[in-house]
Amino acid sequence: MANFFNEMTADEVGTDGKVREHYREFSHWLQQQSPDTIARKRAEADLLFRRVGITFAVYGDDAGTERLIPFDTIPRIIPATEWAQMQRGLAQRVQALNMFLHDIYHEQNIIKTGIIPAEQIYRNAQYRPEMQDIDVASDIYAHIAGVDIVRAGQGEFYVLEDNLRVPSGVSYMLEDRKMMMRLFPDLFARNKIAPVDHYPDMLLDNLRSVAPIGVNDPTVVVMTPGMYNSAYFEHAFLAQQMGVELVEGKDLFVNDNAVYMRTTRGPKRVDVIYRRVDDDFLDPLAFRADSSLGVPGLLSVYRAGRVTLANAIGTGVADDKSIYPYVPDMIKFYLSEEPILNNVPTYQCRKPADLSYVLANLPQLVVKEVHGAGGYGMLVGPASSKAQIEDFRQRLLANPGGYIAQPTLALSACPTYVENGIAPRHIDLRPFVLSGKTISMVPGGLTRVALGEGSLVVNSSQGGGTKDTWILEQAMAFGGEQ
Amino acid sequence: MLSRTADHLFWMARYTERAENTARMLDVNMQTAMLPQSEADAEQGWRATLGISELQSAYDEKYGRSGGKFQTQDVLDFMVRDPNNPSSIMACLTAARENARAVRGTLTTEVWEIQNATWLDMQKRLNSKLLETDPSQFFEWVKYRSHLSRGVTLGTMLKDEAIHFIRLGTFLERADNTARILDVKFHGAKDAAKDVTQRDFYYWAALLRSVSGFEIYRKVYRDVITPERVAELLMLRGDMPRSLLACMEDVVDNLRQLRNDVSADTERFAGKLHAQLKFGHIDDIMKAGLHQTLTEFLESIYELGNRVSRNFLVPLAA
Repeated sequence: MANFFNEMTADEVGTDGKVREHYREFSHWLQQQSPDTIARKRAEADLLFRRVGITFAVYGDDAGTERLIPFDTIPRIIPATEWAQMQRGLAQRVQALNMFLHDIYHEQNIIKTGIIPAEQIYRNAQYRPEMQDIDVASDIYAHIAGVDIVRAGQGEFYVLEDNLRVPSGVSYMLEDRKMMMRLFPDLFARNKIAPVDHYPDMLLDNLRSVAPIGVNDPTVVVMTPGMYNSAYFEHAFLAQQMGVELVEGKDLFVNDNAVYMRTTRGPKRVDVIYRRVDDDFLDPLAFRADSSLGVPGLLSVYRAGRVTLANAIGTGVADDKSIYPYVPDMIKFYLSEEPILNNVPTYQCRKPADLSYVLANLPQLVVKEVHGAGGYGMLVGPASSKAQIEDFRQRLLANPGGYIAQPTLALSACPTYVENGIAPRHIDLRPFVLSGKTISMVPGGLTRVALGEGSLVVNSSQGGGTKDTWILEQAMAFGGEQ
Repeated sequence: MLSRTADHLFWMARYTERAENTARMLDVNMQTAMLPQSEADAEQGWRATLGISELQSAYDEKYGRSGGKFQTQDVLDFMVRDPNNPSSIMACLTAARENARAVRGTLTTEVWEIQNATWLDMQKRLNSKLLETDPSQFFEWVKYRSHLSRGVTLGTMLKDEAIHFIRLGTFLERADNTARILDVKFHGAKDAAKDVTQRDFYYWAALLRSVSGFEIYRKVYRDVITPERVAELLMLRGDMPRSLLACMEDVVDNLRQLRNDVSADTERFAGKLHAQLKFGHIDDIMKAGLHQTLTEFLESIYELGNRVSRNFLVPLAA
């Protein structure tokens, strides 16, 4: 019996490895497929992804190296009832986070009531004083949020991380679905799977809804750092799917307190910028002076409310790992509701009691840098050598405030194609939550899978893969007789 | 449309066209090299090919002017897969694909996939021994991919600005390349014509084939091949798809579609160039000197490219 929750088969004592209800139809179908067919389909997927150029760049590799993100053909299936619960929890959480951002950049009631210590905000590098008392359209800061959810223990869901800056991955969610429909159309005829293809429409709608006041027919653009960015494919994909321009910093300029793009027919006014460029690089006059990715003067136009940036500047203060432990409190404070989704219990190493517990239990814990992202700079205790643990101990002692620790979760696993057939591999889920005049999301999200046996790191930069994610409206008759 | 987007589209098309023309030139030289001729003549032929792309000195620098014999394989390597030679087929196809990648959202999926698949396939072909064993097959492939790219562009893209910038790039580049091929081959002919006359037929036939013009020549003139008629066909016949006049007609046409507040002078400039060809006569051109005329034409094409850049692609002031 495995020591983790298996998404497809129930391993609990007495269930005898029975296939879970919502996987039965798929499992039945899978048994009917010959290994040759599956191998051929997987090779076809690889070829198609490469030809379409759905690739990402890996930092640290030779410049310009393009790799495919491994795609696994066994879907991750979630029953609609579970999703409905998750969806409520996500909407609640993102709403609270947006209210938190508005609050700390205005009255700061959450600090005044003592729920979050002031220095946790002010000393956070992601807090942007430039945003203090600036009003943004509809009071929304995180227009696009990617919330990482894992399932652990007996199957409970936990939020691992709120990504409120420039969360990526949605293009893989869409392309994975397209690929599955192309490879296995019969599966979609036999299962009632909630569609996700309308995401770009929802995104455009959402972006238009947060245009500066007085703009009736806003011009929306996607702003990319350029074609060598690891997520360039996604930037180009979203711009194309929404039918808007994909711009780089050098395509934009500021004139007379407005942002324009350089076009073949002269300057054109821009109203909403879905920017996939980090805060630091947005405006060389305000932030990093050496940035060639930004637009000089952008911040001043933004502060004057004459252009919308999505996401807003300074959202990083809310998805920082040092703020994460307070999210349940935010939900209670702003919404007077009980949190629907669980937080992972978190030790804040800046607190002496937490620190001494962490130091004493390093081999069992996961330690993360509070400002880290992408699976870089973390320690997974159970999977680390003594030397690595010692190294982290020294780092912790040198800068306790820079780290948090969490128990190592036994992430749930989903059957996945590996070298010798099918084996369970750990997964997570990143749903994409859109906030504007309303909160919306497409069913499901991006499922990432750690392909190494026992590995818990699902990030694509660390060798993770992806799976199509099905929200199964209802299981059809078992057996799939034709 | 974003100026930068237009710039990438324009250059994507130019590099694709350039790769095709390089393949055409190399292929025709492979064909003529099979004719009975002295080693010196053969070398002269390859040198002329390098001269078309103004690459003689770069080649000599790499392979040594006097060191050792002149090797056909060296020229092929240099013109096909030398990543440091910006005119090599590999460099052109890579640049075309990089430009396409930068604006893949503006292209239809089909157009992007052709560019990307060409680039992927090119690497596979260059890693195989194909270029050594059957170079013609490789050149055919390059031509075929270029045809495919143009066809898919016309067959799938909306007829808006994007396609006009692509077409503009294609025809400017083709005008440039046809003029160069013609110029160098006429130069070569002057030297060769002294001793052999019977070889002329093969020489001009090869030139015509390099621009897919052999069958067209037969159809149009129904007569023996003469240098004057070859020049006339490749310069002044509007119905010959690779002629200078045909290219300029498309350049003028696409420029008109793209007209903006500052492009009037550029249109006038292109219009004059077009009129010179449209109302020119081959006897006058031969009298004035073909080389002289073509040199001036190439300078004008270069200037036209710069004007397009200034007006549309990289506007200086906000």
